[in-house]
Amino acid sequence: MTGGWSRDRIAARAGLELRDGECVNLGIGLPTLVTGHLPPGVDVVVHTENGILGAGPAPGQDRVDPDLIDAGTQPVTVLPGASFFSSSLSFAMIRGGHVDTTILGAMEVSARGDLANWVVPGHLIRGIGGAMDLVAGAGRVLVLTEHVGRDGAPKLVAECSLPLTGRACVDRVITNLAVLDVGPDGFALVELAPGVSVEQVLEQTAAPVVVKVGAVRGGTRTRTACVTRKV
Amino acid sequence: MDKLVASPAEAVADIADGASIAVGGFGAAGVPWALVAALYRQGARHLRVVTNNCGLGGAGLAVLLREGRIDHVTASYIGTNEVFARHYLAGSIELELTPQGTLAERLRAGGAGIAAFFTPTGVGTMVAEGGLPLRYGPGGEVLLASPPKEVRRFRVRDLDRDFVLEEAIVTDYAFVRAAVADRHGNAVFHAAARNFNPDVAMAGRTTILEAARVVEVGELEPDAVHLPGVFVQRIVHVAEGVPA
Repeated sequence: MTGGWSRDRIAARAGLELRDGECVNLGIGLPTLVTGHLPPGVDVVVHTENGILGAGPAPGQDRVDPDLIDAGTQPVTVLPGASFFSSSLSFAMIRGGHVDTTILGAMEVSARGDLANWVVPGHLIRGIGGAMDLVAGAGRVLVLTEHVGRDGAPKLVAECSLPLTGRACVDRVITNLAVLDVGPDGFALVELAPGVSVEQVLEQTAAPVVVKVGAVRGGTRTRTACVTRKV
Repeated sequence: MDKLVASPAEAVADIADGASIAVGGFGAAGVPWALVAALYRQGARHLRVVTNNCGLGGAGLAVLLREGRIDHVTASYIGTNEVFARHYLAGSIELELTPQGTLAERLRAGGAGIAAFFTPTGVGTMVAEGGLPLRYGPGGEVLLASPPKEVRRFRVRDLDRDFVLEEAIVTDYAFVRAAVADRHGNAVFHAAARNFNPDVAMAGRTTILEAARVVEVGELEPDAVHLPGVFVQRIVHVAEGVPA
């Protein structure tokens, strides 16, 4: 397969989704790259659910404070204007709608916007952590993921087969191939990564996709016509 | 009034077999290492523990897990805690997996006199619908699964949504780690080591706080106190960092 976005380009594309001044919570892995790729003029306040608003980049090795870690237990710094708080207050921010956007990974996303990202039956349970609270509470849920799993199986599916993290909670998915919205009509292709064809996206998505014609030319979000294609 | 006791050993001496204990900390930050180590030496068994991640690798509560001293854990995350995983899958530990925010709020509610609350977290998942494995049998079969919980629809912020009923947690004891405390138990936390500590402190009937710095009453600015002393019954002065 040729074309598509690298992990850094996925993160940069996600950065375009954020508005200046937003409060954002970033999941472990790929989502943590987003703050390194924000467009000029966009500053966001990073919330980590273990109790920081205003988290900054990782410190130099000689400046690590073991009490200053993010939700993935990695060392972080704090930016001017930061604050610390308890877990209950942190999740009050999340469920109370005070966190504008959460960006997290996925094992599966269904056409209805259901998200599965916490457990695979038969594999060891690692836990739930803060993901269920984030998808239930954040203003907007953005998923960053490879379009298919390591085994080639589509991650965007008609119906999740894995236990759910939340129902009808995902607003938009950004993969290495494309940007897709998730709404009452299922997946809608709104943008293609460079060098990726509509057919490639349809082949690798195990659910109907509404193709917006503007998406084919890349970048624009013209809503001139829609065509539903089934896999 | 002076809540300072001589040692961690004295602070945990009365904890009986079967006691329930809420323990602060997230990852390795804000973990009351000295109190957990003292509890290990004290020998109490059949413990019921409420904590976010139940120790790390071979440290903290993982030591008590390894010795089979914990019967029941309420936690949000196990991660790569292999000791935990082994005991859970072998059926020697019962695990109530709870979303992190629900766990924090259940502790806060317990300390605040609230019996239960409706939250949107977990609706439409096994948390609300039941079926989370609580205990495995020797052959790897699920012996006990979580029951379904009450779900009710409310209108919140102009939106009709489903919420699930979650019950508060009150424990016999709570272990808390602070950066600074005075002899009344007023406490100040450092950075992200605050995490579950204030919520855990509220949930305990007897809350024991360890701090690397203990100051005289009046030295802390009332405006600067993160946890009011009313939530703390015993204080121990401990060394900085993780005990060997």
